[in-house]
Amino acid sequence: MERVSIPILKTGDYLITSPQVALHDKMAVQFKDDILRRIVETKAKGLVFDISAIDIVDSFLVRQIGEIAIAANIMGAQVVVVGLRPEVAMTLVEMGFSLKGVHTARDLEKGLEVLGKTRKS
Amino acid sequence: MAQKSIEVVDIRSEADIVGARVRAKAMAEALGFGYMDQTRIATAVSELSRNAFQFAGGGKVTIMPVDGEGRKGIEIVVEDQGSGIENLDLALKGGYSTAGGLGLGLSGSKKLVDEFNIHTEVGKGTVVTIRKWL
Repeated sequence: MERVSIPILKTGDYLITSPQVALHDKMAVQFKDDILRRIVETKAKGLVFDISAIDIVDSFLVRQIGEIAIAANIMGAQVVVVGLRPEVAMTLVEMGFSLKGVHTARDLEKGLEVLGKTRKS
Repeated sequence: MAQKSIEVVDIRSEADIVGARVRAKAMAEALGFGYMDQTRIATAVSELSRNAFQFAGGGKVTIMPVDGEGRKGIEIVVEDQGSGIENLDLALKGGYSTAGGLGLGLSGSKKLVDEFNIHTEVGKGTVVTIRKWL
Protein backbone atom coordinates (compact mmCIF):
# COMPACT_ATOMS: atom_id res chain seq x y z
CA MET A 1 0.00 0.00 0.00
CA GLU A 2 1.35 3.43 -0.93
CA ARG A 3 2.34 5.72 1.91
CA VAL A 4 0.63 9.06 1.48
CA SER A 5 1.75 11.65 3.93
CA ILE A 6 -0.60 14.47 4.76
CA PRO A 7 1.05 17.79 5.66
CA ILE A 8 0.77 18.85 9.31
CA LEU A 9 1.82 22.50 9.50
CA LYS A 10 3.02 24.40 12.53
CA THR A 11 2.10 27.99 13.34
CA GLY A 12 3.13 29.30 16.75
CA ASP A 13 1.98 26.82 19.37
CA TYR A 14 -0.53 25.18 17.07
CA LEU A 15 -0.65 22.60 14.34
CA ILE A 16 -2.94 22.75 11.33
CA THR A 17 -3.82 19.88 9.04
CA SER A 18 -6.27 19.57 6.18
CA PRO A 19 -6.35 16.24 4.31
CA GLN A 20 -7.23 16.76 0.64
CA VAL A 21 -7.73 13.10 -0.27
CA ALA A 22 -10.18 10.45 0.88
CA LEU A 23 -8.65 8.64 3.84
CA HIS A 24 -9.03 4.92 3.62
CA ASP A 25 -8.73 2.98 6.86
CA LYS A 26 -5.00 2.30 6.94
CA MET A 27 -4.24 5.88 5.92
CA ALA A 28 -6.50 7.19 8.69
CA VAL A 29 -4.66 5.10 11.29
CA GLN A 30 -1.27 6.19 9.89
CA PHE A 31 -2.41 9.80 9.90
CA LYS A 32 -3.48 9.50 13.53
CA ASP A 33 0.00 8.24 14.45
CA ASP A 34 1.64 11.06 12.43
CA ILE A 35 -0.45 13.71 14.20
CA LEU A 36 0.36 12.39 17.66
CA ARG A 37 4.07 12.18 16.81
CA ARG A 38 4.04 15.77 15.49
CA ILE A 39 2.37 16.97 18.70
CA VAL A 40 5.19 15.45 20.73
CA GLU A 41 7.93 16.73 18.39
CA THR A 42 6.65 20.28 18.27
CA LYS A 43 5.24 20.45 21.83
CA ALA A 44 2.13 21.92 20.22
CA LYS A 45 -0.66 23.11 22.49
CA GLY A 46 -3.39 22.51 19.98
CA LEU A 47 -4.36 21.17 16.59
CA VAL A 48 -6.91 22.38 14.09
CA PHE A 49 -8.12 19.48 11.99
CA ASP A 50 -9.84 20.83 8.89
CA ILE A 51 -12.07 18.25 7.24
CA SER A 52 -13.71 20.52 4.68
CA ALA A 53 -12.27 18.44 1.83
CA ILE A 54 -13.52 15.16 3.27
CA ASP A 55 -16.87 14.33 1.70
CA ILE A 56 -17.57 11.03 3.47
CA VAL A 57 -17.14 10.52 7.20
CA ASP A 58 -18.14 7.04 8.31
CA SER A 59 -18.01 5.22 11.65
CA PHE A 60 -14.38 4.24 11.24
CA LEU A 61 -13.21 7.80 10.64
CA VAL A 62 -15.39 9.12 13.47
CA ARG A 63 -13.66 6.70 15.80
CA GLN A 64 -10.19 7.72 14.58
CA ILE A 65 -11.00 11.40 15.05
CA GLY A 66 -12.24 10.69 18.59
CA GLU A 67 -9.07 8.78 19.39
CA ILE A 68 -6.87 11.59 18.05
CA ALA A 69 -8.69 14.07 20.29
CA ILE A 70 -8.44 11.92 23.41
CA ALA A 71 -4.78 10.98 22.91
CA ALA A 72 -3.82 14.58 22.07
CA ASN A 73 -5.65 15.75 25.16
CA ILE A 74 -3.70 13.38 27.37
CA MET A 75 -0.53 14.88 25.89
CA GLY A 76 -1.71 18.40 26.67
CA ALA A 77 -2.95 19.46 23.24
CA GLN A 78 -6.52 20.40 22.36
CA VAL A 79 -8.01 19.27 19.06
CA VAL A 80 -10.59 21.32 17.21
CA VAL A 81 -12.29 19.78 14.17
CA VAL A 82 -13.37 22.40 11.65
CA GLY A 83 -15.00 22.57 8.24
CA LEU A 84 -17.55 19.81 8.66
CA ARG A 85 -19.76 19.88 5.56
CA PRO A 86 -23.51 20.20 6.19
CA GLU A 87 -24.30 16.92 4.43
CA VAL A 88 -21.61 15.16 6.47
CA ALA A 89 -22.89 16.63 9.74
CA MET A 90 -26.46 15.61 8.86
CA THR A 91 -25.40 12.07 7.97
CA LEU A 92 -23.53 11.68 11.25
CA VAL A 93 -26.56 12.84 13.20
CA GLU A 94 -28.91 10.51 11.31
CA MET A 95 -26.65 7.53 11.90
CA GLY A 96 -26.54 8.28 15.60
CA PHE A 97 -22.87 9.21 15.74
CA SER A 98 -21.56 11.95 17.91
CA LEU A 99 -18.22 13.67 18.09
CA LYS A 100 -18.51 13.73 21.85
CA GLY A 101 -15.43 15.07 23.54
CA VAL A 102 -14.21 16.67 20.33
CA HIS A 103 -14.29 20.45 20.00
CA THR A 104 -15.74 21.65 16.71
CA ALA A 105 -15.78 25.06 15.06
CA ARG A 106 -16.93 26.39 11.73
CA ASP A 107 -13.62 27.14 10.05
CA LEU A 108 -9.87 27.47 10.58
CA GLU A 109 -10.12 31.00 11.94
CA LYS A 110 -12.79 30.05 14.50
CA GLY A 111 -10.85 26.91 15.32
CA LEU A 112 -7.75 28.91 16.23
CA GLU A 113 -9.95 31.22 18.30
CA VAL A 114 -11.30 28.22 20.23
CA LEU A 115 -7.75 27.02 20.93
CA GLY A 116 -6.77 30.48 22.18
CA LYS A 117 -9.74 30.58 24.54
CA THR A 118 -9.29 27.09 25.99
CA ARG A 119 -5.68 27.94 26.83
CA LYS A 120 -6.60 31.07 28.75
CA SER A 121 -9.37 29.44 30.75
CA MET B 1 -30.79 9.07 -22.23
CA ALA B 2 -27.33 8.55 -20.78
CA GLN B 3 -28.52 6.30 -17.99
CA LYS B 4 -25.64 4.59 -16.23
CA SER B 5 -25.86 0.85 -16.15
CA ILE B 6 -24.74 -1.66 -13.56
CA GLU B 7 -21.40 -1.17 -11.85
CA VAL B 8 -19.61 -3.88 -9.91
CA VAL B 9 -16.79 -3.19 -7.47
CA ASP B 10 -14.81 -6.02 -5.92
CA ILE B 11 -13.79 -5.36 -2.34
CA ARG B 12 -10.35 -6.80 -1.77
CA SER B 13 -8.59 -4.00 0.08
CA GLU B 14 -9.34 -0.93 2.16
CA ALA B 15 -8.80 1.25 -0.90
CA ASP B 16 -11.65 -0.65 -2.62
CA ILE B 17 -14.02 0.56 0.13
CA VAL B 18 -13.23 4.12 -0.97
CA GLY B 19 -13.60 3.01 -4.61
CA ALA B 20 -17.06 1.56 -3.96
CA ARG B 21 -18.36 4.69 -2.28
CA VAL B 22 -16.92 6.97 -4.96
CA ARG B 23 -18.70 4.92 -7.67
CA ALA B 24 -21.95 4.85 -5.67
CA LYS B 25 -21.80 8.60 -5.16
CA ALA B 26 -21.10 9.20 -8.86
CA MET B 27 -24.07 7.07 -9.91
CA ALA B 28 -26.33 8.74 -7.34
CA GLU B 29 -25.30 12.12 -8.73
CA ALA B 30 -25.87 10.98 -12.32
CA LEU B 31 -29.35 9.77 -11.37
CA GLY B 32 -30.23 13.18 -9.97
CA PHE B 33 -29.80 12.74 -6.21
CA GLY B 34 -28.82 15.90 -4.33
CA TYR B 35 -25.72 16.37 -2.12
CA MET B 36 -27.48 15.17 1.04
CA ASP B 37 -28.67 11.92 -0.49
CA GLN B 38 -25.40 11.34 -2.36
CA THR B 39 -23.62 11.55 0.99
CA ARG B 40 -26.14 9.27 2.71
CA ILE B 41 -25.81 6.66 -0.04
CA ALA B 42 -22.00 6.81 -0.17
CA THR B 43 -21.72 6.63 3.62
CA ALA B 44 -24.00 3.57 3.76
CA VAL B 45 -21.91 1.91 1.04
CA SER B 46 -18.75 2.71 3.00
CA GLU B 47 -20.12 1.04 6.15
CA LEU B 48 -21.44 -2.02 4.36
CA SER B 49 -18.33 -2.60 2.26
CA ARG B 50 -16.15 -2.24 5.33
CA ASN B 51 -18.22 -4.91 7.06
CA ALA B 52 -17.64 -7.22 4.09
CA PHE B 53 -13.91 -6.47 4.16
CA GLN B 54 -13.43 -6.75 7.91
CA PHE B 55 -15.64 -9.73 8.64
CA ALA B 56 -15.43 -11.71 5.43
CA GLY B 57 -12.09 -10.62 3.99
CA GLY B 58 -13.83 -9.03 1.04
CA GLY B 59 -16.91 -9.10 -1.10
CA LYS B 60 -18.70 -7.56 -4.02
CA VAL B 61 -20.64 -4.34 -4.36
CA THR B 62 -23.17 -3.99 -7.19
CA ILE B 63 -24.58 -0.54 -7.89
CA MET B 64 -27.50 -0.03 -10.26
CA PRO B 65 -30.38 2.27 -11.11
CA VAL B 66 -33.86 0.94 -10.29
CA ASP B 67 -37.38 1.77 -11.40
CA GLY B 68 -40.39 1.05 -9.28
CA GLU B 69 -43.98 2.22 -9.39
CA GLY B 70 -43.16 5.26 -11.43
CA ARG B 71 -40.21 6.35 -9.33
CA LYS B 72 -36.53 6.12 -9.91
CA GLY B 73 -33.85 5.23 -7.49
CA ILE B 74 -30.59 3.50 -6.82
CA GLU B 75 -30.02 -0.02 -5.54
CA ILE B 76 -26.82 -1.30 -4.03
CA VAL B 77 -26.13 -4.92 -3.16
CA VAL B 78 -23.19 -5.72 -0.88
CA GLU B 79 -22.44 -9.40 -0.63
CA ASP B 80 -19.79 -11.49 1.02
CA GLN B 81 -19.05 -15.13 1.60
CA GLY B 82 -17.93 -14.79 5.16
CA SER B 83 -19.14 -16.52 8.26
CA GLY B 84 -22.48 -14.71 8.39
CA ILE B 85 -23.87 -12.74 11.31
CA GLU B 86 -24.81 -14.92 14.25
CA ASN B 87 -26.80 -12.39 16.21
CA LEU B 88 -28.45 -10.24 13.57
CA ASP B 89 -30.87 -8.53 15.95
CA LEU B 90 -28.02 -7.37 18.11
CA ALA B 91 -25.96 -6.21 15.11
CA LEU B 92 -28.92 -4.21 13.78
CA LYS B 93 -29.62 -2.66 17.14
CA GLY B 94 -26.25 -0.94 17.15
CA GLY B 95 -23.55 -0.50 19.72
CA TYR B 96 -22.36 -4.01 18.99
CA SER B 97 -18.77 -3.76 17.79
CA THR B 98 -16.42 -6.57 17.03
CA ALA B 99 -14.10 -4.38 14.96
CA GLY B 100 -12.48 -0.97 15.13
CA GLY B 101 -15.57 1.11 14.42
CA LEU B 102 -18.34 2.37 16.63
CA GLY B 103 -20.57 -0.69 16.37
CA LEU B 104 -23.07 1.49 14.55
CA GLY B 105 -22.19 0.67 10.95
CA LEU B 106 -25.09 -1.63 10.18
CA SER B 107 -27.74 0.16 12.24
CA GLY B 108 -26.47 3.53 11.04
CA SER B 109 -26.49 2.66 7.36
CA LYS B 110 -30.05 1.35 7.70
CA LYS B 111 -31.13 4.80 8.87
CA LEU B 112 -29.66 6.46 5.79
CA VAL B 113 -31.64 4.61 3.13
CA ASP B 114 -35.31 3.99 2.26
CA GLU B 115 -35.14 0.22 2.01
CA PHE B 116 -32.78 -2.11 3.78
CA ASN B 117 -32.81 -5.87 3.43
CA ILE B 118 -30.32 -8.22 4.95
CA HIS B 119 -29.99 -11.91 4.39
CA THR B 120 -27.36 -13.72 6.38
CA GLU B 121 -26.58 -17.37 6.74
CA VAL B 122 -24.09 -18.59 9.31
CA GLY B 123 -21.17 -20.21 7.54
CA LYS B 124 -22.26 -18.96 4.12
CA GLY B 125 -22.24 -15.19 4.07
CA THR B 126 -24.29 -12.04 4.07
CA VAL B 127 -26.15 -10.09 1.40
CA VAL B 128 -27.34 -6.57 2.14
CA THR B 129 -29.58 -4.80 -0.36
CA ILE B 130 -30.30 -1.10 0.04
CA ARG B 131 -32.45 1.26 -1.99
CA LYS B 132 -32.90 4.98 -2.02
CA TRP B 133 -35.66 6.62 -4.05
CA LEU B 134 -35.48 9.98 -5.77
